[in-house]
Amino acid sequence: MAEKWTKHKFNSKLVNPANKRKYDVIVVGTGLAGASAAASLAELGYNVKAFTFHDSPRRAHSIAAQGGINAAKNYQNDGDSIFRLFYDTIKGGDYRAREANVYRLAEVSVKIIDQCVAQGVPFAREYGGLLANRSFGGAQVSRTFYARGQTGQQLLLGAYSALSRQVATGKVRLYPRTEMMDVVMIDGHARGIVTRNLITGAVETHAAHAVLLCTGGYGNVFFLSTNAMGCNVTAAWRAHKRGAYFANPCFTQIHPTCIPVSGDHQSKLTLMSESLRNDGRVWVPATKENAEKLRKGQIKVSDLKEEDRDYFLERKYPSFGNLVPRDVASRNAKYVCDEGRGVNETGEAVFLDFRDAIKRDGKQVIEQKYGNLFDMYKQITGEDPYEVPMMIYPAVHYTMGGLWVDYNLMTTIPGLYSLGEANFSDHGANRLGASALMQGLADGYFVVPYTIGDYLAQTPPKKVDESHPEFAKVAQEVKARINRLLTINGKKTVDHFHKKLGKIMWNHCGMARTAEGLKQAKAEIQELRKEFWADVKVLGTNEELNLSLEKAHRVADFLELGELMVDDALNRDESCGGHFREEYQTPEGEALRDDENFAYVAAWKYMGEGQAEELNKEPLVFENVKLTQRSYK
Amino acid sequence: MKLTLKIWRQKNSSDKGGFATYPVDHVSKDMSFLEMLDVLNEELTEKGEDPVHFDHDCREGICGMCSLYINGKPHGPLQTTTCQLHMRSFNDGETITIEPWRAKAFPVVKDLVVDREAFDRIIQAGGYVNVNTGGVPDANEIPVAKTIADLAMDAAQCIGCGACVAACKNASAMLFTSAKVSQLALLPQGQVERKTRAEKMVAQMDAEGFGACTNTGACEAECPKGISITNIARMNREYFSAVMSSDNV
Amino acid sequence: MSWVTKTLKSTLGRKLIMALTGLFLILFLTGHVSGNMLLFKNDGGEAFNIYAKFMTTNPAVKVLSYLTYISVIAHVIYSIILSRQNKSARPIGYAESKASTNSRWASRNMGILGTIILIFLVVHMQSFWAQMHWGDLPVVTYDGEEYKDLYSIVNFAFQNIFMVIGYVVAMAFLAFHLSHGFASAFQTLGWNHKKYSPAIKAIGQFYCIVVPVLFAAMPLYIYFTS
Repeated sequence: MAEKWTKHKFNSKLVNPANKRKYDVIVVGTGLAGASAAASLAELGYNVKAFTFHDSPRRAHSIAAQGGINAAKNYQNDGDSIFRLFYDTIKGGDYRAREANVYRLAEVSVKIIDQCVAQGVPFAREYGGLLANRSFGGAQVSRTFYARGQTGQQLLLGAYSALSRQVATGKVRLYPRTEMMDVVMIDGHARGIVTRNLITGAVETHAAHAVLLCTGGYGNVFFLSTNAMGCNVTAAWRAHKRGAYFANPCFTQIHPTCIPVSGDHQSKLTLMSESLRNDGRVWVPATKENAEKLRKGQIKVSDLKEEDRDYFLERKYPSFGNLVPRDVASRNAKYVCDEGRGVNETGEAVFLDFRDAIKRDGKQVIEQKYGNLFDMYKQITGEDPYEVPMMIYPAVHYTMGGLWVDYNLMTTIPGLYSLGEANFSDHGANRLGASALMQGLADGYFVVPYTIGDYLAQTPPKKVDESHPEFAKVAQEVKARINRLLTINGKKTVDHFHKKLGKIMWNHCGMARTAEGLKQAKAEIQELRKEFWADVKVLGTNEELNLSLEKAHRVADFLELGELMVDDALNRDESCGGHFREEYQTPEGEALRDDENFAYVAAWKYMGEGQAEELNKEPLVFENVKLTQRSYK
Repeated sequence: MKLTLKIWRQKNSSDKGGFATYPVDHVSKDMSFLEMLDVLNEELTEKGEDPVHFDHDCREGICGMCSLYINGKPHGPLQTTTCQLHMRSFNDGETITIEPWRAKAFPVVKDLVVDREAFDRIIQAGGYVNVNTGGVPDANEIPVAKTIADLAMDAAQCIGCGACVAACKNASAMLFTSAKVSQLALLPQGQVERKTRAEKMVAQMDAEGFGACTNTGACEAECPKGISITNIARMNREYFSAVMSSDNV
Repeated sequence: MSWVTKTLKSTLGRKLIMALTGLFLILFLTGHVSGNMLLFKNDGGEAFNIYAKFMTTNPAVKVLSYLTYISVIAHVIYSIILSRQNKSARPIGYAESKASTNSRWASRNMGILGTIILIFLVVHMQSFWAQMHWGDLPVVTYDGEEYKDLYSIVNFAFQNIFMVIGYVVAMAFLAFHLSHGFASAFQTLGWNHKKYSPAIKAIGQFYCIVVPVLFAAMPLYIYFTS
């Protein structure tokens, strides 16, 4: 396994340097994966067209990652190694990721840090001038590199600068405010895309020898998530409908420390760094009665004595306490709220209390560690966490599932690649903290530049151009769909449907799932989808900046994806990582995997409108790690 | 809360545009400013009127996409991004004026949406280190003093929202440009192209039609990330020493 | 030399000219105010007239005076160029602006302040400078040497209450102009440093009050003492 990537690179075919300029590559999405891939491919000599629906590549949601990026540098001399990072990632993913991919990820992680530093990314440093590290997400070693609480921002701006440099040389042509609407296939290969110019509405076609989808995750299917408002599944879903398998769609990560929902107007959820759990204690009132009084404002937090408080994580998991992994912390918060012991007006929140930490270390120490987070919390909620405990609740954060890709990151459509969060590849059923940035950049800087050569070397450099009838045909289909959305003239807004879908998904396909709930969700989604296509109201025309039209496209795709997620969750009769089926748990209430029957990747094939998708299984073989049950008692 | 919104409406870049007034009821103090606009847009859509277009994305203060000149200040009364502004900063019954960023280099696309690609072109002119992927030295090969790394990070925090341009009486992009020039001038990795970078980025900034700097400090006071005008001084130094000593005649 | 013209056409180059000429004019003001302090000497204008002759005849001072003229002209021309550029950078203004919450009034109105000062300068030069150079001034003799009696002209001018008020008001504008211009020039030159900037700012605030006050004191002193 350790040799596999090296050997694979050697065995991959190469494109002659002089021939590289004859190949065109389309990159959709310019976040960490997209920008790094576009820049690296252009440096190699390929002609790249990069597309983003934002006004600038610097807006991609990679920018919001706070914590850091893992790399097996072992700069801290604390026993880290490529194998350990690999092992932690596989184990953290609850043994539902491919060994070889994860090992490669750990292997190239070290080069990412070198690359970013060379680009001028201002990582945190020690006084001696060397790079600083911290431990993150319960890892036993300090392998996380960071730039204050804005690591994602700095890494994205690094990739953006590399991309900008190629735009300046003319090797990358950038298409901002341009959204991909479909993939164009010629003779079974991806040969281009159809886009919509978001300002003029022009439907345009772009041909290339290969297409890379680096379009992020689909957490917004839940309406409320920590994703940016624009995050969507459209590009990946269009590719799926053209034949790319969609893998493990039900694997979604719920992050335990988000600011709770304050009302129906809520548009998104804000993540508070996981590091808060290092000093904050999670609790709810021990009795339902007190919780209710608290919600109604009849008593104050300070009225609750020590014995009236239930520090449920510390009680249930004495050795890990408040630092249990994300999925465990999230689920337990849900349990206590379901019991009626939740706080906040909605009853959907638990306390994260710094009272004892402030008493122990003094306000100043806590302020140094978390000052900016406390300020942010205060700004959003209007409450001062130095005085009253914070309130938190879990929220959808990351989607491990995505387009199925092989070791080369190619989907089941030849010539169509998927990178970063958009693919399913490296995190199994649960992603570790500080690994998303690592994967996005690994795919873009160090994997796809090698693997794409193998495909292109076998593709004749003959120019593909947009005059092929297939382009006109797909463009026509896109226009018809736009037209259909604009002419429904229904009564309900796009957000109405999105919110409804989000509720269904959150209630039945969220933190805890049951076969019964999932079946109900499936029926509800089908109903909602019908209603959407009959009663949605999209104003304006195509030939202008039209935010409701943009959103309508995206929500229409979410309405289809949602059903597939439910199907996948229903199929996976086990609990693993972010997928928790209530029927499958240990007597202590922990996730119960079924390695016998479900150690596989579920890759779904689209079979046509209204048809059930076909399940393909890629068995997962573990030769280098031993499958164990996670325990945090 | 009940509010009156006076919002700039403009169909497209060639339309002349003007203000429209909308009353909004049922505004909760816990709403963010953009959620308040979401509510307005839902109401407008239900009535069959074109919703108000505005840029936004992450809604957590980091992507730099949201803008809006609210009651005479970029991003409103607090030194933060519009998405992090909450309605508790306003009073019941207040009239809120919402305008787009105003600058020749930021033409209005529609309503409150402006085109900020000028910023991208400034970065494309030289806001990077010319290194290809791979073949770079080990990350710890060149030590960087913590103080320098911290200063570089202070500058690198810029989110490219354009509030500095919007706040400046001259619509100058000095704070934005200087933040990137500073970051790379401070770090050892940026040394090789230090002079050319300053010259090229300043030239591009001028070509985009931004104004000059009068050192009023308005940019710094309104920057949601608190980028300091010491960066402007540093860019001036970089630029003057570059034009005096570089090989570009 | 295309790099020179290119630099002078850049916003930063233009600002550099503004800063350098501004700083030179601050130096000039310092010299001007110190020399004119002789007006406070109760000697019937002897010291002042001797000083005035020195200032118009000494070759080194001549060079400095030409530099001053150039500085004034360049400062004015470049301020016009920059103001036009700045104006065109925002063709449509804001309906509502709360600029007072993020910047000082003087810093936003340097053009207006400068224009008023320029008008004052024209009047001032017409009243005294032109008289000294080309005017038909009475002559006084000290120690056998002849001097133009500029003092009598000054003394006469400041018997006029309107002239005095005009001068005092103009100095108020100068104070505002300097209150921003002094430190701003250093910032433009790139002299912003944790250690020195507070001192520069403090000196600037001190300077922008002391110099205009001293200047304004002169007409007042003459008006009330003679």
